[in-house]
Amino acid sequence: MPIINDTVFFDEKAHGEALEKALTMSPQEVVLEIRESQLRGRGGAGFPTGTKWMLALSANADKKFVVCNADEGEPGTFKDRVLLSEYTKLVMEGIVIAGYAIQAQKGFIYLRGEYAYLLNHLNSYLERMRKENRLGENILGSNFSFDIEIRLGSGAYVCGEETALIESLEGHRGEARNRPPFPVNTGYLGYPTIVNNVETFACAYIVLSKGAQWFAKYGTEKSKGMKLISVSGDCKKPGVYEVPFGIKVKDLLDLVGAEDTKAVQISGASGICIPMSEIERNISFEDIPTGGSVIIFNKDRNMLHILRNFMEFFVEESCGQCTPCRVGNKKLLEGIEMLEKGICSHHYLNELIELGKTMQIASKCGLGQSSPNPFISIVTNFKDEIMSNSIRGGNGK
Amino acid sequence: MVYPDKNVLVNEVNNLVKKYGNGRESLLPILQDVQRKFGFISDFAMQEIAHKLEIHPVEVYGVVTFYSFLSTEPKGKYVIRLCKTISCDLAGKDAIATTLQRELNLKFGETSKDRKFTLEYCHCIGMCDQGQAMLINEEVFTKLTPSKVIEIIDSLK
Repeated sequence: MPIINDTVFFDEKAHGEALEKALTMSPQEVVLEIRESQLRGRGGAGFPTGTKWMLALSANADKKFVVCNADEGEPGTFKDRVLLSEYTKLVMEGIVIAGYAIQAQKGFIYLRGEYAYLLNHLNSYLERMRKENRLGENILGSNFSFDIEIRLGSGAYVCGEETALIESLEGHRGEARNRPPFPVNTGYLGYPTIVNNVETFACAYIVLSKGAQWFAKYGTEKSKGMKLISVSGDCKKPGVYEVPFGIKVKDLLDLVGAEDTKAVQISGASGICIPMSEIERNISFEDIPTGGSVIIFNKDRNMLHILRNFMEFFVEESCGQCTPCRVGNKKLLEGIEMLEKGICSHHYLNELIELGKTMQIASKCGLGQSSPNPFISIVTNFKDEIMSNSIRGGNGK
Repeated sequence: MVYPDKNVLVNEVNNLVKKYGNGRESLLPILQDVQRKFGFISDFAMQEIAHKLEIHPVEVYGVVTFYSFLSTEPKGKYVIRLCKTISCDLAGKDAIATTLQRELNLKFGETSKDRKFTLEYCHCIGMCDQGQAMLINEEVFTKLTPSKVIEIIDSLK
């Protein structure tokens, strides 16, 4: 797939006016437009946005809520920070459009505590929207009223999981709930609630302003539209890139000026690590899904050191309520310590991989279900390096 | 160590409850403001907040201890959080960590005796393309070098 030079996000003149347009349509029409675009959630899980909104619209309740998940905690992800600070309108009005589509009265932005420095900018933007009647009572003369409140997180990665986020909004520990019931039925304070990623709201804005068919021109059969990718690690031009879904990892590496690459970590700490033999694979929900984090490692990097960094992260960020995640991550980290000392047999390593697979099935939320991904992919794809680590004796080099 | 006057705390909690409401969903915003203002959330503060929100103090304690930005121990005026996640790690975390410990005469996890500085590690703060990065309270610093760190610390001393 060639690199398409069109940009959805980075050309402000091309954004158009989606809110005005949405308010002339019925809520059902807005939801149908989103469904037709085949937009899928940009946080990484890829749930069809139109379906989520349809479920929330059809839910019968006197109150409904929209939540913008700005708890961007996945290592290597920073696209939401860029959207919130530089393309604020797309996100904010995307939230208002979602509110209209499901007939909610209130929206929340759950902003991670680490991004508290964005608070002034975001609050003054909301104030401006209220003055321009794009937020508040009878928005733009319609009979739709809606307001947005920003809530800060307090440094817990797991709150990026939608039910943990809702727990946190309600003033509890950020521990994931059992699903079902899903938030579209029983969300914030028990009312129907949609939780979407920052980028999903920006995409919804674009779908409304440009039309579903225009949006669906880009990407692959099951992954429509453009994706923002946050690139960091060993490359000449780290930053946020807008690419069509279906882009080959190889083409992305060329685009960002990566040289002497050994491995690419896709989708952050909870994603998978691929070797150079797999860079013909593509970024899409069909092949390698991602919330947008790409971290590049060159030939000088020690894969065991990288894996240790990821596993320490999960041990510290596991909320501890379910056993597979609380104990499993610790066991995997202990395995890495054994590998470092050269005392982890191949047989035991295989047992740890099986433990990882059990965690993927048995953990309660996405954290424990995905935390074994880097362990399994790194020890599988770089087995010779991992097993010979103690001979080299390096860490970090 | 100077603990805030109990009356000051009671007044502050009263004001915060007026501002945010006395529902359970106001708990985090209230705790965040108390943390910001006093540098920690004392046992007394937790009891006072629990009383006002009509929940058990243990509920408040459970929330405070869950979130890494809330603490039951006094923190420094400047809380320095160095990102230790992989992109920053690759960008030269060790040199920056050594510099911070040396210049502040603190180890990670410690607060200075004059309660001016707290040094901590944190996970990814979304500055991966501009590593090494750190937060000082709510301000972000990027592309750190040892000399840049010394300059920043000196300006706060």
